[in-house]
Amino acid sequence: MAEHHPASDNKHKSALTSGASYSGNGRSSAAVADPGSDAGPAGGGGLSGGLSQPAGWQSLLSFTILFLAWLAGFSARLFAVIRFESIIHEFDPWFNYRATHHLTTNGFYEFLNWFDERAWYPLGRIVGGTVYPGLMVTAGLIHYVLNLLHVTVHIRDVCVFLAPVFSGLTSISTFLLTKELWNQGAGLMAACFIAIVPGYISRSVAGSFDNEGIAIFALQFTYYLWVKSVKTGSVFWSIGCCLSYFYMVSAWGGYVFIINLIPLHVFVLLLMQRFSKRVYIAYSTFYIIGLVLSMQIPFVGFQPIRTSEHMAAAGVFVLLQVYAFLQYLKDRLTKQEFQTLFFLGVSLAAGAVFLSVIYLTYTGYIAPWSGRFYSLWDTGTFPLKYVLALYAISAVYFAGVMVRLMLTLTPVVCMLSAVAFSSVFEHYLGDDMKRQSPPLEDSSDEDDRKNAGNLYDKAGKVRKHVSEQEKAEEGLGPNIKSIVTMLMLMLLMMFAVHCTWVTSNAYSSPSVVLASYNNDGSRNILDDFREAYYWLRQNTDEHARVMSWWDYGYQIAGMANRTTLVDNNTWNNSHIALVGKAMSSNETAAYDIMRSLDVDYVLIIFGGVIGYSGDDINKFLWMVRIAEGEHPRDIRESDYFTPQGEFRVDKAGSPTLLNCLMYKMSYYRFGEMQLDFRTPPGFDRTRNAEIGNKDIKLKHLEEAFTSEHWLVRIYKVKKPENRDRVEHKLRGADTTKQKYTSKKTSKRKRGYIKNKLPFRKGKKTTKKSL
Amino acid sequence: MSNSVISVISRFLEEYTTTTPNKLKVVDAYLLYILLTGALQFLYCLLVGTFPFNSFLSGFISCVGAFILGVCLRIQINPQNKGDFLSISPERAFADFLFAHTVLHLVVMNFIG
Repeated sequence: MAEHHPASDNKHKSALTSGASYSGNGRSSAAVADPGSDAGPAGGGGLSGGLSQPAGWQSLLSFTILFLAWLAGFSARLFAVIRFESIIHEFDPWFNYRATHHLTTNGFYEFLNWFDERAWYPLGRIVGGTVYPGLMVTAGLIHYVLNLLHVTVHIRDVCVFLAPVFSGLTSISTFLLTKELWNQGAGLMAACFIAIVPGYISRSVAGSFDNEGIAIFALQFTYYLWVKSVKTGSVFWSIGCCLSYFYMVSAWGGYVFIINLIPLHVFVLLLMQRFSKRVYIAYSTFYIIGLVLSMQIPFVGFQPIRTSEHMAAAGVFVLLQVYAFLQYLKDRLTKQEFQTLFFLGVSLAAGAVFLSVIYLTYTGYIAPWSGRFYSLWDTGTFPLKYVLALYAISAVYFAGVMVRLMLTLTPVVCMLSAVAFSSVFEHYLGDDMKRQSPPLEDSSDEDDRKNAGNLYDKAGKVRKHVSEQEKAEEGLGPNIKSIVTMLMLMLLMMFAVHCTWVTSNAYSSPSVVLASYNNDGSRNILDDFREAYYWLRQNTDEHARVMSWWDYGYQIAGMANRTTLVDNNTWNNSHIALVGKAMSSNETAAYDIMRSLDVDYVLIIFGGVIGYSGDDINKFLWMVRIAEGEHPRDIRESDYFTPQGEFRVDKAGSPTLLNCLMYKMSYYRFGEMQLDFRTPPGFDRTRNAEIGNKDIKLKHLEEAFTSEHWLVRIYKVKKPENRDRVEHKLRGADTTKQKYTSKKTSKRKRGYIKNKLPFRKGKKTTKKSL
Repeated sequence: MSNSVISVISRFLEEYTTTTPNKLKVVDAYLLYILLTGALQFLYCLLVGTFPFNSFLSGFISCVGAFILGVCLRIQINPQNKGDFLSISPERAFADFLFAHTVLHLVVMNFIG
């Protein structure tokens, strides 16, 4: 970028002169600014002899700003750790933590080939082939290096603080990228923005040990290396880009974004006739070595040559080879010769490509081209600042498709706004330089000198007119500049306040621990989840199997260390449907399913005592729907609603609902509990209703544990009885019929047996009489 | 039409042999060898089948990668292209070539199974 150095010099000098220009207006400012502009660099030189070079100050300033950005980003993500403790949040990070723990205890090859038999019982899960290992390997490597240096950090702390540390690295790589695309001032602003922007913080708070924490850093760094390799045309930078791309592939499924954006960039350059040998070298090396590197991750496998998302990259690669070869020929041959060859070559090539694509699609080797792929190639609107604009457009598209991908939009928004702010500041702070020179010719004798070489009168008139105009503008100039600068600074400060507020309120909850605030502001912590999981961990057999809804699978596996049936991976819908069916059926049918799956404990979440709305009764309809999808004859969703179509848990609720296992487990002994004197016993605070079935008796389960606020309830599945219970009436003594025997008679009457069974010799008694 | 194509090609070959420096001719010979090896591998795959697929892919991509890196080297050491690559001397180009090949072969060794 040619404007790089003058712009940064402008910034430096204007910083010195703008202070002087505030002091006055009109001619006085010119007078003050004159010596100011002269004294600026000289004064700087006089003040500190050795450090007078702008370049030295510039790099010191950059270093300080980047360091502060890292510190700010790190600190902003620590709210949850300070308010609660250093704990892994939510659900998915618990699986990542468990996998990392397995890596650190058992080694790398055990992790890569890990078959987890404690999840999805009895199916198991092939973890090595269904996970992006970058996150675990990064955390494991940091833990290994630290422990090697005898800094004994627990792996949990490494995992909790990994994302905040990497946010600082993201700031630095954003700075480098924006510096390459625009200038250093914009780079520094972009680094500061991305350190505190909420879109990125939401996925990288301390405790959120998830792929996005390291993936955004890898993304920005890969783009920086790509821009660098296109600029220099060196194979070294291209290989660097490949290695960074490999790290990105290992870290996140969003690597598809890179492998489509870079070919798009190259294609745009081709269309705009800006093909150069540097682009050819950069992209060819990146594609082929990036391809073979990306296939090293087991989860990715052969997808890069099979799925449609990767076909764009391959297509552009082939196109680029052909284009480069044609350029080479065109340079060597005359126009006519080239045309004859060209015609022949193009027709052959087009035919070959066409036939091969048809053949490969027909044999199913390449997945058919999806509509999403076509929409990536919308060539209608192409602004001219290539990479940044392409990145922005594609990021907006992706964010529109899936809200969670707003994360890919965040870095590019930071960079664009940094560019905008940088330009505004340059314009309003940097124009002092240009405005200095005309006022020097303000005095009349200087006018005469200047006009000597020009058309006498006209030039003089024009010059006076211009200088008067500038005199008038001088008066307005500093005021507008200062107003605009102040406004921009206020905007930035408000943005920082907003970011901190959003982070503190919305994104800093560990969701494993609940907190509520009383009227006097004191905090009430609800630690039921961990209480229940630790009860499981300490009071059940090591190989016990716990059935719960899939939301809690990872947490049970991570905290309670017990085998689960279904978890958040949700890769097997039929298995989840079986669990759903068990929860929705009556107790006997559910008991059959649970026996077939070897379930020992059942865990449910019940929020009726504290009014927690994320409990299992609120999710119950989803369980029913999923079960109905697989077992439509046994489960019907309409059975669980009242005839009027309402979902009610009170007396008017449907009998199927009132007798299903989930209802019984949630409200077992809840009918005896009176929460306060205003409401009757058995009042469910979440549904705001008095429950319908108050005396619940469980036949095949027994209550094992209920946490302090009844949030988590654990039931033990009873083993089958030793003998089958037979339903028959007990034989009872009949005391109603009494034969009156008078004692007045002297004759001794013979005694008799009451209720004597009819006896027939030689005949077997029937079963009925037993 | 075919006459003109043949004449074009023969003229091109003649010009090639006379104008290109020897250094580049060596690189071109190496590129031709890589191309033939890759074509042979592909032919083998078509005849015998793709099992084991990862081995075929690693071998074929190794050929393609070596070809591309050779082409990049040729472009960078060509004296006619000096204007495009001001900061890259031929020695630097060769060093980059070696570094890239190290990475390529390490990955291919891992992938070949």
